Amino acid sequence: MDCDKALLVQAEFDGELDAAEAARLAAHREGCVPCRRRWRELAAARAALRGGATRHAASPALRRAVEARLAAAAADRPRRRPIRWWREALSFAAGAALVAVTLVAMPSGRQNLVAAVVDDHIRALQPGHLRDVVSTDQHTVKPWFDGRLDFAPPVKELAQAGFPLEGGRLDYLAGRTVAALVYTHGKHTIDLFVWPDRGATTAPASTARNGYNVIHWREHGMALWAVSDLERDQLREFVRLWRQMP
Amino acid sequence: MMPESGSFAAVALPHLDAAYNLARWLMGSADEAEDVVQEAMLRALTYFPSYRGVNARAWVLQIVRNTAMAALRMRRGLNLVPLAAEDCAPAPEPADSGDDPEAALIRARARQQLDGLLGTLPVELREALVLRELEELSYREIAQVTEAPIGTVMSRLWRARRMLAAAARQGDGP
Repeated sequence: MDCDKALLVQAEFDGELDAAEAARLAAHREGCVPCRRRWRELAAARAALRGGATRHAASPALRRAVEARLAAAAADRPRRRPIRWWREALSFAAGAALVAVTLVAMPSGRQNLVAAVVDDHIRALQPGHLRDVVSTDQHTVKPWFDGRLDFAPPVKELAQAGFPLEGGRLDYLAGRTVAALVYTHGKHTIDLFVWPDRGATTAPASTARNGYNVIHWREHGMALWAVSDLERDQLREFVRLWRQMP
Repeated sequence: MMPESGSFAAVALPHLDAAYNLARWLMGSADEAEDVVQEAMLRALTYFPSYRGVNARAWVLQIVRNTAMAALRMRRGLNLVPLAAEDCAPAPEPADSGDDPEAALIRARARQQLDGLLGTLPVELREALVLRELEELSYREIAQVTEAPIGTVMSRLWRARRMLAAAARQGDGP
């Protein structure tokens, strides 16, 4: 027999409930034998699927074929967007090389900061250290920083795009107190560190350290550092969406 | 600098593995999945001007899913018989060097069995489970990809998991 909360248990298991609802449901499970059993089954099924079922990957041949067809499609309309096509071709061939060049060009002072940012991110991943204010609502997170910082960090919500805001905290970096905005994507945590920086605007540059990807840019008088164990392309997508969001 | 940002390739290509995985699980065979992915990517390129810049992965997967469903409808129309699960299960992986070959064989069998079970689920349950457990999409994203209300996504996941658990129990029996 299933309890009428069965679908809610599943939603809790899938991380789809907010903190308050999840806490209520966890309390319910304590006293509900069918729900506890259901939870164990869900966990067993997930372990079996994630460990045992095949996540098929595109073969190199398919990847090449798709790239070739896209290039051919782009070449079909050279007059319409010649510059864009050129840039696409360049990025296929040289995307990795361009990033590498950026990394080499990062000054050594920068590298110390990269290390500090990554260390901070790792420290924050320890249990209980992740966030000072837990909220999925930017209108809660933003006021929380008021009075704790001498600047107003840009707090943006990206849940619609698959990167829900989980909260924020204060950190000490680059000789000052900075804002850390905590986002998640699936099981991955993204820290976005923000502090005022009057340097010139720079485009995002990526680097990696200890298996963590780091993307840094400057805009609107702020230095921004995104750190995560997400794949670089996904972190890049996060940065792109974040910057796009007004 | 950030290369290629905003181009179709930058938006879509990072999701090629996810696209192929979904197509492979929907179509059941590697050849058909590759055809679906290629066609879906061309469609996506056509739709790209109307892409609103949110959640590229869900956007790409939605197009892949529509392309696959059209191909499945066509296949049904042509009265082609879908491949049996055994035929489309991947070959057992070679044993890791230094690993116990027997343990590796057991693992490969378990994988084959699990792939077989997943492959026998009705397509709308299978896609929900693949998107949730293998691609780790949220309910909202699955709802977008499969163009179904979130409540439907929840009940499909529920049914998929129950069916998988029941089938697994049966397989374990004497």
